Amino acid sequence: MPDSFVPSPQEILRILPELVLVLAGTLIMVLTPLWRRQGDGRFGVLSLGALAAALVATVAAHVHRGPAFQQMLEVDGFATFFRLLVIGVGGLTALLSLPYLRREQAEPGEYHALLLFSVAGQSLMAAANELIMIFIGLEISSIASYILAGYLREDRRATEAALKYFLLGSFATAFLLYGVAWIYGMTGSTHLGEIQAALTVAAPPPSELLVAVAAAMMFAGLAFKVSVWPFQVWAPDVYQGAPSPVAGFLSAGPKAAAFAVFLRIFLTAFEPAAERWAAFVWWSALISMTLGNFAALVQSDIKRLLAYSSIAHAGYVLVAVTAHSEAGAAAAMFYLAAYALMNVGAFAVVAHLARKGERYVEVEDFAGLAVTQPGAAALFAIFLLSLIGVPPTAGFFGKFYVFKAALDADLVGLTVLGLLNSAVGAYYYLRILVVMYMREPGEAAASAPAPTSATRVALWICAFGTLLLGVWPSLILGSAERAAAFVR
Amino acid sequence: MTLLNLCLALPVAGFLLILAIPKENHRAIRTAALAVSLLVFGLSLGLAVRFDTSLPAYQFVTNVPWIASPAIRYHVGIDGLSLWLVILSTLLTPVGVLVSWRYIDRRVKEFYALLILMESGLIGVFVALDLFLFYVFWEVSLIPMYFLIGVWGHERRIYAAVKFFLFTMAGSVLMLAAIIYLYTQAATFDYPAILSLVAEGRLRFSPLEETLLFLGFFLAFAIKVPLFPLHTWLPDAHVEAPTAGSVILASVMLKMGTYGLLRFSLPLFPSASREHAPWIAVLAIIGIIYGALVAMVQPNMKKLVAYSSVSHLGFVVLGIFSFTQLGLDGAVYQMLNHGISTGALFVLVGFLYERRHSLEIADYGGVATPAPNLAVVFMITTLASIGLPVLNNFVGEYLVLQGTAQVNFRWTVFAAIGIILSACYMLWLYQRAFFGAAPEPVRAHVHDLSPREWSAILPLVVLMVWMGTATQTFLPPIGAANARILEHTRQNVEFHVKQRPPGAASAEVARAR
Repeated sequence: MPDSFVPSPQEILRILPELVLVLAGTLIMVLTPLWRRQGDGRFGVLSLGALAAALVATVAAHVHRGPAFQQMLEVDGFATFFRLLVIGVGGLTALLSLPYLRREQAEPGEYHALLLFSVAGQSLMAAANELIMIFIGLEISSIASYILAGYLREDRRATEAALKYFLLGSFATAFLLYGVAWIYGMTGSTHLGEIQAALTVAAPPPSELLVAVAAAMMFAGLAFKVSVWPFQVWAPDVYQGAPSPVAGFLSAGPKAAAFAVFLRIFLTAFEPAAERWAAFVWWSALISMTLGNFAALVQSDIKRLLAYSSIAHAGYVLVAVTAHSEAGAAAAMFYLAAYALMNVGAFAVVAHLARKGERYVEVEDFAGLAVTQPGAAALFAIFLLSLIGVPPTAGFFGKFYVFKAALDADLVGLTVLGLLNSAVGAYYYLRILVVMYMREPGEAAASAPAPTSATRVALWICAFGTLLLGVWPSLILGSAERAAAFVR
Repeated sequence: MTLLNLCLALPVAGFLLILAIPKENHRAIRTAALAVSLLVFGLSLGLAVRFDTSLPAYQFVTNVPWIASPAIRYHVGIDGLSLWLVILSTLLTPVGVLVSWRYIDRRVKEFYALLILMESGLIGVFVALDLFLFYVFWEVSLIPMYFLIGVWGHERRIYAAVKFFLFTMAGSVLMLAAIIYLYTQAATFDYPAILSLVAEGRLRFSPLEETLLFLGFFLAFAIKVPLFPLHTWLPDAHVEAPTAGSVILASVMLKMGTYGLLRFSLPLFPSASREHAPWIAVLAIIGIIYGALVAMVQPNMKKLVAYSSVSHLGFVVLGIFSFTQLGLDGAVYQMLNHGISTGALFVLVGFLYERRHSLEIADYGGVATPAPNLAVVFMITTLASIGLPVLNNFVGEYLVLQGTAQVNFRWTVFAAIGIILSACYMLWLYQRAFFGAAPEPVRAHVHDLSPREWSAILPLVVLMVWMGTATQTFLPPIGAANARILEHTRQNVEFHVKQRPPGAASAEVARAR
């Protein structure tokens, strides 16, 4: 038993990012009825300010890194990396939501509060080092995301998306929780380090079957959150129905946080059983890539297309997890950062062109965008080329590091199949490029208004980041590698 | 900043310059593109002047770290093999600018920006000495060409552009896998370093490993060449591309494949290369004859020239896999020849298209009457293409055939059939297009070469004669580079000399011992 449950100042500092976000979210909730009459920009500014403050707090926490609250949290390089990532994604989403909410005449207060709560949950997941903490973070993030997905109440597609997301999500969380219970029953602990120790040195060792069942249940819960086979079915419907900025957010933020948890659990607690789960993750990676890419080939709705593509990209990240090495963890981290930049950027363009009520979301609607809006089209082209994995973009180095980690771990077959998959994937991204550059402008592109300044800033940040990481990947790969040192 | 780095960086600067010009100002955009490409060409001539054939090492080398982990370096340099290919790229880019002067009238700014940007990628492929850097340039050069075909091409341009991209992409991802695997074994991407590891026997592959690695690289290169039966993207891409696209594609991009075979496949995987040589030679010969036969029955001029490329490139591959000094020299010479003469053919076909707006041979006839100069230039190019002595292709084809004869005389016989067939389809094309009665549209629209058109085609014609007569200008650096490549293919190789009849042991085998 610890001497005192009163947190020390250092412990407060280590949880400061989450505190800032939650407090700001609550503040927005309180202000919502008061500010109802006065313009809607204020909440956005408040939310952006809170996210900026959370970024600063994350850096401050990193300076005083270490465990907190009886080691329930572990503020290390890994946690900081993912905290910065999810908060950054939150910031881009808040920026993109400004024009979106105005356009849809939706209530901005609750939206931004939910966004901040969701980011707070993800940030907590990034730092959590204990199963209950992970579960709490996951729930905070998920519940806020469910509501965000259905934020446009009048829109039937959005409501359906939210309901689906909520029902299936709850189901998956239940699996995760059940897995936690099994683990606790076997090892008597929910702390990841202690679980690892129990699985390694305990005499007599826990039954392999029990470990396998527990791992499978945890996998089920997390596979849902990162949308990989066999729990990917929700993604296309939810991405299609959710507001475009939220869809971009879902594909980057919660996914990155869930992968952070995935890496932490499977590369520390379950590392002793790696031989058992690696085979399953191998198949999951392969099928996710293949299914995502082939299903995306036949989509006509761009949001569904990007949803299937996000399943495929989650498959690429799983390839790095399958390698279960330090290099693999670093590659997964790099990939998630690259993916967040390019995919949020892609959804930003989609949100920009879609107009009120998301009218123009077919691939065909992008016809001739390069003629009417060469700037937006060129930026979208950068994101798409990065999603294909063409140098010099972040996506290329993401794939490169992932498959290099896989080859280092002797996963030759998976590497070859994964790379061939990325050639298949090229086809549907090219289709968008073709429509954009090689067709005459259609109604949607011809009537598109100029991007708002908020959209423009977000787009340029994403594009600049995508190219910067494509020319100078060491910029974050170095820190990813240091952060991945927790493995073993 | 070495001359070589300038050649790489200037097109990128030119790209940014063109982006900065307002898009309505077509004249300024064209002039800027021409000025930049001519400047790069001038600089690249400096490379040839200051190139020292007697030095065995790479020249104009820059070797600085780019990415720390894994160690990827910006390592560039040229030898006799890359020297002329770089100059070929820098020569054909201004030609591409000139032939597009009138041809491209919409989205002018984007067109020239991409054309100039592509030059950087093309040069990069030929000078990269780090495998990773090579892959980056290889992919980078793909994107502008995809847009050139897809945006400014003819009716079926989208199909052609996507097919072009996917074929190349499918090949190159496997090459990427092979490159990464090499890295896991050699712990470096640096090409000369890997090569010396292989030569010293410190990096050894099991036969299976070597075969798979060889195939990983080979597939990417064979698609690009293109080697039969992977050639199907080429006719589509050529026919649909705008003139400048066809010119660059045929003259420079196809050479990326044969260059890769010579530079990487042979020295890195000597045993696998030799083991597969007979199969590849057979495919090359099928390509020579099949390409020529299909060219003969094409009603479309560009398609005809495209299939003739399949045939000509077959000679190059055959020469490379003969593993003889003459064969390799001929192959490289033929790479340059094909760049000049087929490039010129595409330029001339483009001129005809600009006048008559048709690529169908049947729509032409009697062009020689209204356009005598055009007819003469087309005749010289035709004769060069079919390998008439005194013109360039003859030298390359002769060397390839002689090199092949040292190894397998039957190959030589079959390959020679391709030359006869090339005379058939080219002269028949010439006859149908330039002689006979001129239909009304031809008489109305076809006029002779303008000064701008002269300036685009004349350098190529001069080179055809120059390369056909003064071979010593070009051959020594090529020969020196090829000798080193052959040297590498002999080191640490347990290839089976037994396979050859003892009496026919050629000079090449004797030297290998």
